[in-house]
Amino acid sequence: MFADKGRLSAERFGAGLVILTVTALSLCPAPAAAQDGAPTEADSLASVPSLAPPANVQVVDRDNDRGSQIDVSWEPPADVEAGGVEFYRIFRSSHPDTGFTDVGRVGFTQTSYVDAGLENETEYYYRVAAGAGEELSYSPTIGPVVSRPHWFNTERLNCLVAVVIFVAAIIIFVTWAKGGRELFIRRLPGLDEMDNAVGRATEMGKPILYITGLSGISDVATIAAINILGEVAKKTAEYNTRLIVPCADPIVMAVEQEVVKEAYAEMGRPDAYNDDDVFYLTRSQFAYVAGVNGIMVRQRPATILYMGMFYAESLVLAETGSSVGAIQIAGTDAVTQLPFFITSCDYTLIGEELYAASAYLSREPILLGGLKGQDTFKFLVGMLLILGVIAATLASIGAIEANFMAPLYSTG
Amino acid sequence: MMRRQIPLALCFIFGVFMTIQYFIPHHSVADMQERILMWLQTLLAFAFLLGTVSLIKLHYHKIRNRADDRAYSFVALAGLLTMIGLGFFHPSHNLPGSPFSQMFLNVQVPIEATMFSLLAFYIASAAFRAFRARTLEATLLLVAASIVMLGRVPIGDLIHEGLPQATRWILEVPNLASKRGVMIGVGLGMMSTALKIILGIERAWMGGGD
Repeated sequence: MFADKGRLSAERFGAGLVILTVTALSLCPAPAAAQDGAPTEADSLASVPSLAPPANVQVVDRDNDRGSQIDVSWEPPADVEAGGVEFYRIFRSSHPDTGFTDVGRVGFTQTSYVDAGLENETEYYYRVAAGAGEELSYSPTIGPVVSRPHWFNTERLNCLVAVVIFVAAIIIFVTWAKGGRELFIRRLPGLDEMDNAVGRATEMGKPILYITGLSGISDVATIAAINILGEVAKKTAEYNTRLIVPCADPIVMAVEQEVVKEAYAEMGRPDAYNDDDVFYLTRSQFAYVAGVNGIMVRQRPATILYMGMFYAESLVLAETGSSVGAIQIAGTDAVTQLPFFITSCDYTLIGEELYAASAYLSREPILLGGLKGQDTFKFLVGMLLILGVIAATLASIGAIEANFMAPLYSTG
Repeated sequence: MMRRQIPLALCFIFGVFMTIQYFIPHHSVADMQERILMWLQTLLAFAFLLGTVSLIKLHYHKIRNRADDRAYSFVALAGLLTMIGLGFFHPSHNLPGSPFSQMFLNVQVPIEATMFSLLAFYIASAAFRAFRARTLEATLLLVAASIVMLGRVPIGDLIHEGLPQATRWILEVPNLASKRGVMIGVGLGMMSTALKIILGIERAWMGGGD
């Protein structure tokens, strides 16, 4: 409501104000300069004749923000086309007549400004000046306008709807899985091979090296890698095979120590767990590579698992692992590193397969239900993408007026 | 019992909060989110202490147990203690030219650069393996890679003027399409994993169990 109040057009004040103030100026002595370089009435009047002021100035509370912001917009005066205006300056005051301070300056190509850092629930007045050199031409005072914080970002409504559908799909499938319904999950050869890879290490009497990448605990890929680590640790505990986990992040290390310890305890082998096998190496990318490569060359692990987020170190690690003759299984959501892993590793989990691995390995119905819910939502997204492509194509050839699917894909 | 319930409850509360804050721009919610992220930074600072203790303990055990590779443990501990000593006890450790800075710039940086530079050789060896045209897929990869590599260097244009365009098409159409396909799956996988953790369905991150 207040936003509408703020949309006071400069045209309502236009010519009348100019005539009135020019007359007043000719009769009165010039007032002292305002504080902080703020424009006085005299400044604005003096500049009016040679440079037109910005037209149709509007000030409104900014939509979907945390508060404290006001959008100021205007239309350029005719001088812009003639090359007259060089910049715009924005002035703000909490009083309609005095106390205007310079709050911003933008180039002549811009016709809007976001005034931030304001007090919420406070009335503000604005003036915009078109400038060229030392000369300024002021718009009339516009306002009052009040900034207010918002409780819902309407531009993200589509995201909210998608999240609700996604959550509903997962809950429905988890409920079905709990009820004993059989759920089909396609085979993932990399994960099927996990048992063989652990068995191979056991037969060779060599350790398994598990690397969770360089990301911290806030990366979902790292959490997925930790989930898989739990399943792998159960197998190594069962087969009594040594599991080495060098970590690049101390928080990840603490979590992984706990996960491996719990897995060993769950398999009835708490004595086989060694705290020194899950250890912190370094945060530094290539120092980490040097450390892990050193372990590979000295310990000659039979199996190396790369799960999580990787960067440029992926190929150096995987090629060194390949050179020591280890069977290698990788899983990452780093699209740029996938080709390197595919080239150097025996099996690679691509993208989402990393997130499915924990459910696939554990075969817990509830986790499998989550996986099916995810697949269902992906199918829905695929259908929407196809519809979007059709709508965009029809709109581009003029068969329909506008792409009616566009609002669905926008994010605020 | 409480050992699992409290982390699960905290995970649920903060997980739900971080989800809904995405939709609520109000400054009170945004301030709270910023505060939580600050807590994360504080936690991280303490976590480094954990890491350092782990590192010292590991190498100390190796030296004490006379492990075969204990020589490396001596080097690691000496490096760690030297840098800690220079950082703590030298008055101007963060100024250019200080011993700490000299050690960092003249020892650590070149060593890391050397490790990084090895990547070029590994790319060559990996490419050699990947480009052996033994299957249809490998042959397609070889052809596509050859076009892209030639199209990205000036000589490609001299060989055939269509090569740069073909390169652009390969990168912007089939390559980008498959990348986006993977990324959509990754995004949904992330959401699903996060949701399962927030709702307590996935508990492997805290050692599994009920």
